[in-house]
Amino acid sequence: MIALPLATSFVQSESFIYVLYIIAFALFIQGLRGLSGPTTAVRGNRIAAVGMAIAVIATFLSPGEGNWGLIALGIALGVAVGVPAARQVKMTAMPQMVALFNGVGGGAVAIISWVEFRSLGSTYGGRTFEIAGETIRLGGGVPTYVAIFSVFAAIVGSVSFWGSNIAFGKLQEIIPGRPISLGPAQQIVNLVLLILAVAAGIDLIAGAHSEALFIGMLVVAALLGNAVVLPIGGADMPVVISLLNAFTGLSAAATGMALNNPALIVAGMIVGASGSILTNLMAVAMNRSIPSIVAGGFGGGGAVEGAEGAGDHDGTVRSTSAADAAIQLAYANRVVVVPGYGMAVAQAQHAVRELTKELESRGVEVSYAIHPVAGRMPGHMNVLLAEADVPYDQLKEMDDANPEFQRTDVSLVIGANDVTNPAAKNTPSSPIYGMPILEVADSRSVIVIKRSMNPGFAGIENELYFDPKTSMLFGDAKSAVSEITAELSAL
Amino acid sequence: MILASVLTTNLAILVLAGFIGFVVISKVPNTLHTPLMSGTNAIHGIVLLGGLLLFGLAGLDAFSKALLVIAVAFGTINVVGGFLVTDRMLDMFKSRPKPKVEEDSAGEGTSGTDGKAGS
Repeated sequence: MIALPLATSFVQSESFIYVLYIIAFALFIQGLRGLSGPTTAVRGNRIAAVGMAIAVIATFLSPGEGNWGLIALGIALGVAVGVPAARQVKMTAMPQMVALFNGVGGGAVAIISWVEFRSLGSTYGGRTFEIAGETIRLGGGVPTYVAIFSVFAAIVGSVSFWGSNIAFGKLQEIIPGRPISLGPAQQIVNLVLLILAVAAGIDLIAGAHSEALFIGMLVVAALLGNAVVLPIGGADMPVVISLLNAFTGLSAAATGMALNNPALIVAGMIVGASGSILTNLMAVAMNRSIPSIVAGGFGGGGAVEGAEGAGDHDGTVRSTSAADAAIQLAYANRVVVVPGYGMAVAQAQHAVRELTKELESRGVEVSYAIHPVAGRMPGHMNVLLAEADVPYDQLKEMDDANPEFQRTDVSLVIGANDVTNPAAKNTPSSPIYGMPILEVADSRSVIVIKRSMNPGFAGIENELYFDPKTSMLFGDAKSAVSEITAELSAL
Repeated sequence: MILASVLTTNLAILVLAGFIGFVVISKVPNTLHTPLMSGTNAIHGIVLLGGLLLFGLAGLDAFSKALLVIAVAFGTINVVGGFLVTDRMLDMFKSRPKPKVEEDSAGEGTSGTDGKAGS
């Protein structure tokens, strides 16, 4: 055994802490790799969580660490709020929950920058480099780059906190999902807010030792977060959440640069990179560009105009009954289920599973076609269907599902709208023109379960409903599906 | 010189971590994107460390301490909530031998939750 004082000094040495951080990085990366497959994902997430625990323990060992009672208080508060929230949230409300967790992360970043300013801000712009020993420690004068990263983190963190809260409010329907916008002035307002926040930041970095200015900067950034997300329609929320997730990651990395902490830099940056990829991927799947989403609305107001057109279409809609739908399904050879947000809000996934089980017992071949942005997040439908024990191999992604529609007897569309709209292929003037869709119109017949003829989140009408081979079954997804199942077993 | 080396070393770490993020994450299939977003979301809860480190600063006043308690609480919510939610989501991808009694459906009183008709 090593003598205790020596052991203590080793455990508290920078090298030991760095070694622990390096182990944590390896675990984060390994964990994320695990998330790449359905069989390894659970373990991957747990590996990343172990990495996080190691990173936290390493930080506890930092020299000079103190205020243990307050640390315990903060952690206890966080656990008391976070654990029940995570345990109790319904699978259908998952996107909001992710938005909320993302928001508090951004909030933490902003507050940390604020405290940094309160402690070190008097030396911002002072350029009094005092290096104690071989490392730069907080408490002396700080180099300019520390102030730059800290101010950057403050602005981005505040934007992310407020933006995420608005995204949460929209998905939770506390705030209307439709775009709330100042019209053409919106972009000017956003730009002015951004310039104000950046100008305040530059002033602070240059040595304006004013806490009021710092708070003002946080407030302007908060307004900016609100102003950017409020005009964005609910349909674009997944992209926004993903974007804000990337922002929070970047701001965490900036905090790491300011605090000279490699764990923050690495973990924050990995999230920043992954969030950017995911955001781009989602935007591509929806045929939207990230700048146009952030600028708000569908190319400026097209969505709102389209929304009024629900009654104007000169086609007729054929409505059907649960009994007719059951017969149609029972005599099909191949049925493809196309789920959408309507299935999620009605919590219909278990009912859908019952229906497909019943069909399978009658020898009908059943699969599910999943559009990349069906629901409110990519993979949303997969999570819900997996919850209802739908076998993973029955879930087909868009590229695999589309060629199969031609040999499908019945496509059963449950609460999906825009992702099936042929206008995306046929109508160049449509705001969603060019978006890849599930080509359900290729199948021999289509049954659409929908609450009403109201347009979807994109606010545009769906030609599919006026197709002669389409029949509409109006009603709540869950009760409609259950009725079909009941009729089916009575056949 | 030491100053420059701390900054440049950290910048190097920053850039490399970005590339690792791109490479690792590009391989994730579409179907796992929601859990992935949630998982990466939990990882940026590492900002918790920032709060912990600042608690080690000398001369914090009461207001700074109060702010830090909030920051640590926020960071903890982000980490703990994020990992738990991801775990719950992923649990559903595991193949279960027998469908257990669906206790989940007990909470359906809320199914009419909102006015957002089928989209």
